[in-house]
Amino acid sequence: MQLARQNNRTITGEILRLKQNTQMILLSIPLILLIFAFNYLPLFGWIYAFFNFKPGVPLAKSPFVGLKNFGMLFTTSQQDIIRVMGNTLAISFLIILCSPLPAIFAIMLNDLKGNKFKRVVQTVATLPNFISWVIVFSLFFSVFSSSGAINTIIFKINPSANTLNILGNAGIAWFVQLAIFIWKSVGWNAIIYLAAITSIDPELYDAASIDGAGKLSAIRHVTIPGIIETFFVLLLLTFSGILSSGLEQFLMFMNPVVQDKLEVLDYYVYRLGVTLNDVSFSTAIGIMKTFISVGLLFGVNFLSKKVRGNSLI
Amino acid sequence: MNSRYNSRYNSLMEKGMDKINIIIMILSLIVFLYPLYYVLIYSISDPSLSKASMFILPVGFSLEVYKSVFKLANLGNAFLMSALRTVLGTAITLFCSSLLAFMVTQKYFVIRKFVYRFLVITMYFNAGLIPWYLNMVNLGLKNSFLVYILPTAMNAFYVILIKTFIELLPKALEESAQLDGAGFFKVFSRIIFPMCGPIIATIALFSAVGQWNSWMDTYFFVTNQKLFTLQYVLYKFLSEAEALNDAMRNSNALLGHTAVAMTPESLKMGVTMVVTIPILIVYPSLQKYFVKGVALGSVKG
Repeated sequence: MQLARQNNRTITGEILRLKQNTQMILLSIPLILLIFAFNYLPLFGWIYAFFNFKPGVPLAKSPFVGLKNFGMLFTTSQQDIIRVMGNTLAISFLIILCSPLPAIFAIMLNDLKGNKFKRVVQTVATLPNFISWVIVFSLFFSVFSSSGAINTIIFKINPSANTLNILGNAGIAWFVQLAIFIWKSVGWNAIIYLAAITSIDPELYDAASIDGAGKLSAIRHVTIPGIIETFFVLLLLTFSGILSSGLEQFLMFMNPVVQDKLEVLDYYVYRLGVTLNDVSFSTAIGIMKTFISVGLLFGVNFLSKKVRGNSLI
Repeated sequence: MNSRYNSRYNSLMEKGMDKINIIIMILSLIVFLYPLYYVLIYSISDPSLSKASMFILPVGFSLEVYKSVFKLANLGNAFLMSALRTVLGTAITLFCSSLLAFMVTQKYFVIRKFVYRFLVITMYFNAGLIPWYLNMVNLGLKNSFLVYILPTAMNAFYVILIKTFIELLPKALEESAQLDGAGFFKVFSRIIFPMCGPIIATIALFSAVGQWNSWMDTYFFVTNQKLFTLQYVLYKFLSEAEALNDAMRNSNALLGHTAVAMTPESLKMGVTMVVTIPILIVYPSLQKYFVKGVALGSVKG
């Protein structure tokens, strides 16, 4: 049996392909170099974790200490690490606890009548996501300050009240940062859910109403199942990023009073490496964090495959 | 639309829920807008009056704060730096990311799979803060404008978005161009790139906002005042008393003895507003592109 020709390969076609491939490879070299330079090259910095590096002494002349820096995580720096991990996990778990909020906001927003009002709310709610943490800090610093808006309102209600110190209070620090984080992100995250809601088949709602469902029932039986998939994916992704808190927020809001409570892993690594110049230990922590994060991501992906049948990545 | 809900049941309760929804939405509008509003009224208030009782209306009215802000020596240059990095950085990111994305979609590209995996794997690991810092210094990017452009030029996420989008374009376009013997770059620039309008617009906006808001690269790598960006100048005002005091001294000297006395807080408010206003102006009209982009992105993701 004669096999039909699978592709129309001709000599001239092949020459063209060769020419194009050469062009493309040449053009892609600088791009590949860029990827390499800013993603793979930094990995060579991991070598600092295995030496006792002090700025000023070149690496070649520094003493090799092997895994000592990693061991320090469990011995000399154990108190620090426990405190820092506690802060990081507490804040991350609080964020996870609040993860239904964008979905709830999206459902409520979607249910609004009046398209103009809807769009105004959507624009306003998503705006905080697009201003930098520097500006966010400036805004809340002034609103929360001792003569700022919050205290002004408190004094109007109760002239003999004490001044409320919000950003300099260690006890509520986690919750204040949580609230500010939600202020900045809930509107934008709701957009993702809105996209999911609008892709729900309207016939499902018609069927529900024929079955006698009121608004709440419809939300419970149509809307929520429609977005639960999205919610689950986002939840797992958030969980896999549990060790990362983001340096920007904490660089801005850190002060000596709340440091014990707000020093998260990312900030601790920064303080050790940049402020205290303990490059080796800081790098070692960074390496551990990367491995645990990758492990979490694959673990979460595996879980997703088992439970839902699809993988996340 | 209310008609999809069965109106026989509890229409009174549903009307009640609608009203509560509206109230909650209005409350959330206030919550989202108030911090910005407060800073705004502070910045147009008379700097010499006490702000202790202010929360809805400004106390007095004065544009002295803005006069001082615009006289600050480094603000104009910082604005230029921010604008330059936004435009150039976004252009380069778009060009590099879309070029690579296109190359990766061409099935005859021999190293296609390698390039794509090489790129995507970078999303799963992070070398850490110190290695990142040392790497940038070793690459000679300290105090260089390139530190704003090069690191963000290749972005795995954007490449994936564009690649997915290109793969959804009708094949006929590409094939008809290739029949005409067009080189790959011609196909890319004349046919594919123009067709990617929506996704390019979305990525351009994300990239531009990222560039405009970026300040940590300045913080870590730039000591040359000429390269300071707007966000970083604001950061310095907020965190370093020295920067603020210098500005105060300059503003009092420039305004002369007839002027209203400036306070550090008022100055901070003024700078905050000036740094925020560009986003406020641009965002509402571009918001729909962001939203469309998320819809596009979530189709894949």
